[in-house]
Amino acid sequence: MTDQGKGVVKTRIAQKLTEALAPAALNVIDESHSHAGHGHHHPDGETHFRVEVVSAAFEGKSLIERHRLVNALLSDELAERVHALAISAKTPHEAAPV
Amino acid sequence: MSTVDTNTRIKNEIESSDVVLFMKGTPQAPQCGFSMQVVQILNHLGVPYKAINVLADGAIRDGIKAYSNWPTIPQLYVKNEFIGGCDIAKEMFQSGELVALLDKEGVPHAQASKA
Repeated sequence: MTDQGKGVVKTRIAQKLTEALAPAALNVIDESHSHAGHGHHHPDGETHFRVEVVSAAFEGKSLIERHRLVNALLSDELAERVHALAISAKTPHEAAPV
Repeated sequence: MSTVDTNTRIKNEIESSDVVLFMKGTPQAPQCGFSMQVVQILNHLGVPYKAINVLADGAIRDGIKAYSNWPTIPQLYVKNEFIGGCDIAKEMFQSGELVALLDKEGVPHAQASKA
């Protein structure tokens, strides 16, 4: 709002994950601010993200397979600007409160 | 040609120790919070490991991403197997899977032989 162009990468990430995984829940959090001053800092931010995805697509997949799936979907973003992606990938069953 | 050399170097590193961590900085002075978290987990478990500072070697830094087909650093290897990055290491540590894996692979660590 205050800064045009901000949030573009975040929107793209959310869009790609929504289209590919039909998530039951999705959070894309820009954590770039907590890495300010760190070697990879970009003036416009959007370099470090945390994504929390709950999707039936993860059913029967190991942690590494789930991460690889998310990494592959976001390979363009990772190549361009995003230096770090923290991933939480759960199935609806795992995410359900006990 | 240099790619082959880099792959060979990476392979040698991974094969030379039971636990190998490719990280930014050193265990004494990590240069990134994600690398630091994995260092803390390994230190907590009391696992002997070899740390490789990718910031000190551009060829390794790019090479390891291609080698594992994994886009980010840190990267943790146990017995030549790529385990994952920071999130996976953390999740496996919290669930006890990491200790179970070390036990299974016969890697010594401080929490071993409780049973």
